[in-house]
Amino acid sequence: MSFGPHLFLALLEGTVTAFVLALIALGLSLVFGVMRIVNIAHGEFFMLGAVLAWSCSMLVGGGAFMGFAVALVVGPLIVGAMAVAADGLILRRINYQPESTIVATIGLLYIIQQLVLTLFGADARPVAPPIYFRVAFPWFGYSGYKLIVAGVSGLLLLGTWLAMSKTKLGLYMRATQQDQEMAQAFGVPVRRVYAKAFALGAMLAAVAGVLVVPIQQAHYLMGLDPLLLSFIVVIIGGLGSLKGTMVAAFVVGISDGVVSVFFSPTLAKIVATLLVAAVLVLRPGGLFGEEGS
Amino acid sequence: MSGRLTGKVLALHLGILGLLFIAQFILPAYHHTNVARIMVLATYAVGYNILLGYTGLMSLGHAMFFAAGMYGAGLPIYYLQFGAIQAFCIGVLLSLVLATVFGLIALRTSGVSFLIVTMMFAQACYLAILYFNRITLGDQGFILSKSLESVSLGSFEFAFSDPAVKYNVALLLFAGCFMLSAVLAGSPTGRVLVAVRENEERTGLLGYNTYKYKLLSLVISGGISGVAGAAYALLFSYVGASFASILYSIYPILWTLLGGTGTTTGPMIGTGLMFYLVDIASGLTSSYLFVVGAVLVMLILWFPQGIMGAIRTRWLPWLP
Amino acid sequence: MVTVDSLLETTALCKSFGGLHAVKDVDLRLARGEIRAIIGPNGAGKTTLMNLISGRMPPTSGQVRFKGRDITGLKAWGRVFRGIVYTFQVTSIFKNLTCYENVALAAQRRLMGGVTNRLVLSERQIAERVQAALLQVGLSATAGQRADTLPYGHQRLLEVAMALALEPELLILDEPLQGLAQEEISAFCDLLRMISQEVTVLLIEHNVSVVLELAEMITVMDNGQIIAEGSPAEIERHREVQKAYLGK
Repeated sequence: MSFGPHLFLALLEGTVTAFVLALIALGLSLVFGVMRIVNIAHGEFFMLGAVLAWSCSMLVGGGAFMGFAVALVVGPLIVGAMAVAADGLILRRINYQPESTIVATIGLLYIIQQLVLTLFGADARPVAPPIYFRVAFPWFGYSGYKLIVAGVSGLLLLGTWLAMSKTKLGLYMRATQQDQEMAQAFGVPVRRVYAKAFALGAMLAAVAGVLVVPIQQAHYLMGLDPLLLSFIVVIIGGLGSLKGTMVAAFVVGISDGVVSVFFSPTLAKIVATLLVAAVLVLRPGGLFGEEGS
Repeated sequence: MSGRLTGKVLALHLGILGLLFIAQFILPAYHHTNVARIMVLATYAVGYNILLGYTGLMSLGHAMFFAAGMYGAGLPIYYLQFGAIQAFCIGVLLSLVLATVFGLIALRTSGVSFLIVTMMFAQACYLAILYFNRITLGDQGFILSKSLESVSLGSFEFAFSDPAVKYNVALLLFAGCFMLSAVLAGSPTGRVLVAVRENEERTGLLGYNTYKYKLLSLVISGGISGVAGAAYALLFSYVGASFASILYSIYPILWTLLGGTGTTTGPMIGTGLMFYLVDIASGLTSSYLFVVGAVLVMLILWFPQGIMGAIRTRWLPWLP
Repeated sequence: MVTVDSLLETTALCKSFGGLHAVKDVDLRLARGEIRAIIGPNGAGKTTLMNLISGRMPPTSGQVRFKGRDITGLKAWGRVFRGIVYTFQVTSIFKNLTCYENVALAAQRRLMGGVTNRLVLSERQIAERVQAALLQVGLSATAGQRADTLPYGHQRLLEVAMALALEPELLILDEPLQGLAQEEISAFCDLLRMISQEVTVLLIEHNVSVVLELAEMITVMDNGQIIAEGSPAEIERHREVQKAYLGK
């Protein structure tokens, strides 16, 4: 295949990656923005979504489509519930203090990861896609499901944006993000908003996991790579700026796709991680906008 | 909080080292190697504690310093048949250089930003080790025992395969770093580091160049981590990419938190305890890292001071 | 031009934040040994000016000279080392450390030069200076107590002890009397008078009666500029004009 079509393939791959990455990173950015904490276990919510999707495909009869449809609803709900539990049992008790939260979420990462290892084993489990068709381009055939993933992710992103700008909860979240004390003074139930934001972030990651699992396989270690990539996206795009996160997700996703296809995935990640370090060091506002200067 | 190097403090530290020395004659073979391993890892924890416990800077990337020591010592031995002592020095030097360069760049950030920069840098180093697979032999790693010759000092010959050599070299290196941390904690410089942790701006307005102190702390911390990494390569004969992974950046956080950050004796106790906890757990299940997660969460929720920290608060305020 | 040997001199010192000019063209001259008070309404730029002098902020333009040398580019920690010591408006002590440790941190600064002194210093040397500083402010009895167990007024005194242990030549106090009870205020003024025998004192204060009694020279600021300067008597005569500002 000559360069042009190869590039087109790389761009297609990058676009799909970008949409999924945008979902995951949005969850992380939301939590960063509203609660001002770093959730190191975020990738594990993604992994849980994938693993639950596999479970549904095993337990629900009626073919791949039924199993998938159930997973798409049940998976995020279960993960959301777990997130609310983690918030209530752990994060609330340590008062969302930045460094303690990081250590606590590292602990949470291992707890979730190893529980999944115990219950589901170390093997990678494949899941059949709910719909299978190929889109025939002149130079190659491309998985139609991947395009659907991109499409559904786009819809979910749009839905989240609408929810943030039009609903009361969205308003509460934006207010809390702007100025927590003011929001509290105006009667916003900050603690409950925190729990819901954490749940929403986790659910976004879980949905991404469900969508992706027919393409990748479900594996207990699959949360680490997305975690790193979404960190990169959120930091480059700017804390809490949902628009920034979207733009950065596309920049990172597409370039990751292109570099991975033409060079190597490892190299792509090395470049991306160093870029993030550079952004943090050079940007005077720092991560939460209060440090530096 | 004093911790000045008084007679009492000195006696405590030397006593602990003495106990460790005697232990080698009592311990059965299995625990003998374990304790040697624990001492090398405890050295790593001591190094980490200087940055976190005393200076108040949390890093999620110390594995890069440990790995710098490990590969800096291992690669020259494997490819160029360097002697043990020269290789060790190269390993430590490499980690010192890495810590200095990294510090000059990263210390412009603070708090959570600093933490993420350390994580990103360390991850980049880990990926680089995997990328340059042909040289570093990546994940698989390589064994040194064939290339590592014994060291001769005068009429004595020390073979690294000898358990007694392993134990005593580990003890010697641990003792050096342990005493260094005690001297530092009790020194005027140590006082300034604690001040930086407690209130950095005020410390600057007392006339201290806090950036310089943070850099010093990072370099010492990275250097000691490199000592541990180089020692691990020499004594346990294995160099592999897993030691540069994020798990090995998380371990020292766990060990120092459990033992008590900001205490000299804490890191050792935390390392020993977690080592055996993980050891026992790995015998029971393949998901033994669950223990790591559970202990971290429990520490943060109920026991943030750690063991020696709690002891210091309740009974022994003179503990450094 | 009068060539009085001034300790501190600022020339056309300016600081602006975006469009806001916090300090405009300030020429301040402090002579050795004087007690100078800076007064003015909130937002006049007094604290900003102190920040520029102490080095907490760099100026937008202008110069600061101390003991004849240009220190405009010198960072805060360097200025402390030269002899300019600043105490915070809101007490900023090391809450988790004992009073002794707090002052020791200040006291040891002067003794740390060279590598060996940074590793091993005679604790007795440090202790002597700490006791002297604590004695001067009257806190000798609380040396072993944790700083956050002290009542507010004593925390203020601890700050002064730390400043004294640094052997300052210019001591800058930002609203030192804020939050103090009446008896504490008069004790503090006595302390200041005693300190000023060896140290030049520059203070921002809203308590006008104290200022008129304590200061040898008063500088009045408004809107980032100096609008009047003189002895307490002269400034009091200006009182009509300043009634709006001083609000008395």
